[in-house]
Amino acid sequence: MAYSEKVVDHYQNPRNVGSFGASSDVKTRTDIGVGIVGAPECGDVMQLQLKVTAEGVIEDAKFKCFGCGSAIASSSLATEWVKGRTVDEALQIKNTQIVEELALPPVKIHCSVLAEDSIRAAIEDWKKKNGIAVAEEAHAH
Amino acid sequence: MAVKTPIYLDNAATTRCDPRVVEAMLPYFSEKFGNSGSRNHRFGWDAEDGIETAREQAARLIGADAKEVIFTSGATEGNNLAVKGAAEIYAKAPAGQQGRGHIITCTIEHKAVLDPCKRLQREGFDVTFLDPPADGVITAEMVRAAMRPDTILVSIMWANNEIGTINEVPEIGRLCHEKGVIFHTDGTQWVGKMPTDVERDCIDLLSWSGHKMYGPKGVGALYVRRRKPRVRLEAMIDGGGQERGMRSGTQNVTGIVGFGKACELCQAEMEHDRERLLKLRRRLEDGLSGRMEVVQVNGHRDRRLPHIANISFGFVEGESLMMGIKDIACSSGSACTSASLEPSYVLKGLGVGDELAHSSLRLSFGRWTTEEEVDYAIESISKAVEHLRKLSPLYDLYKEGVDLSTIEWQHH
Ligand SMILES: Cc1ncc(COP(=O)(O)O)c(C=O)c1O
Repeated sequence: MAYSEKVVDHYQNPRNVGSFGASSDVKTRTDIGVGIVGAPECGDVMQLQLKVTAEGVIEDAKFKCFGCGSAIASSSLATEWVKGRTVDEALQIKNTQIVEELALPPVKIHCSVLAEDSIRAAIEDWKKKNGIAVAEEAHAH
Repeated sequence: MAVKTPIYLDNAATTRCDPRVVEAMLPYFSEKFGNSGSRNHRFGWDAEDGIETAREQAARLIGADAKEVIFTSGATEGNNLAVKGAAEIYAKAPAGQQGRGHIITCTIEHKAVLDPCKRLQREGFDVTFLDPPADGVITAEMVRAAMRPDTILVSIMWANNEIGTINEVPEIGRLCHEKGVIFHTDGTQWVGKMPTDVERDCIDLLSWSGHKMYGPKGVGALYVRRRKPRVRLEAMIDGGGQERGMRSGTQNVTGIVGFGKACELCQAEMEHDRERLLKLRRRLEDGLSGRMEVVQVNGHRDRRLPHIANISFGFVEGESLMMGIKDIACSSGSACTSASLEPSYVLKGLGVGDELAHSSLRLSFGRWTTEEEVDYAIESISKAVEHLRKLSPLYDLYKEGVDLSTIEWQHH
């Protein structure tokens, strides 16, 4: 399969790889939202960690991804896009925008869906930790 | 010596045609272009001579008589003809009825055996699909345990194309002869690489293919035993009655001539090739296992073909790994590299966890693979795995001592 240049670039030079600490530590930190989506047996696991200010601005983002090149690129791109946005703005990011930006072929659309889901999951986690109600419509899939 | 890229390590998928094979084929495109069915002139005789020489060469490679070799378009056709053709002849009840007879095969066969067996199942035959044990080797004991009074056919591949494991073929053959059951084996990955003798190995039907053994694509052969027992087959393709009526159609003369030459070369060079390939495989497996942790060589430790290595790299996904080794041509068991989006059914069948099945590469060597190429592969695979483990949340969890199987994943 031929990959778009942008996918190859994210694969070779992934942005914002990492985490804000061991999984057991970030669990209790209220300034960090963690989203882990996918499953190893499906061949994709994305982990997105967002560092969010008390005002709800995403200061920093880190990802890790087990998955194909398109999955890695989708999560790498997601970290770039959420940084500097408010959580509500970040929730507006749609998987179709990721598909378009990375020129993903139809068989790879699920990678972009997973990236969108990881953003939602991380923000939900942050909201829960901070006692903010989570909107119901978030679960579209 | 600098290696020339891309490096071809996918010889289980297909091999380069040996230049000596191409050389042998050339006259049959030009001055010897005749139809072997033309009995009245030089052109026809030349073509027929070419085909009969090839039949001798093919027969010699497997210890058969030339009369027992039927040329086909490859192993897919050979498998179809053997399995469906034998089932029709040895059926215990006419078409349209149930209880037509029992067939034994296994779940890790190539689709060219599995799908014909599934079709027969729909057509009133009973089929047992044996599950392999963790080491991937189908034993005679497993076949014996599945045998029934109405068993008519056993089809167990000689060696598996994804993991290279070798099944207990002579033993299964002996068992079948003891029970009076027809035994077919798909020898596509075995024949030409390993010593084959249909008498010693008790085989009734053996299919193999040219393009896996340095011959051309689109040509292969099916061995059909003629005595003790005389095996009969229902033809799949009817017409002019070529190939003793079992495979009608004007023969692919050039292909068959090339196939014969490839058989001859394999026979002459087998011992040498085999030792060399085994050394390369060991070099690769030891090299990779020595460089990294959680590297698993799939399939039985020893009962494996010399030219196929199937290796899982924990915590990295196969397609992304392939992306990191762009200049190495190989295959992956990962779902993402197949049209089906399912990880390899062979690795799953072995009980290799889905996650490790997603993380596997199949690297297979051939007549022209060099040590330098293997070293290059070790280097570049190690680098890619390292890069991807830095990105892998699973590797982090492993490093933190978390057992991945205890996590509740969010399935889609
Ligand atoms: C074990 C096995 N059987 C059958 C086949 C099909 O062979 P062919 O391509 O000659 O139809 C292959 C190769 O793809 C194979 O590896």
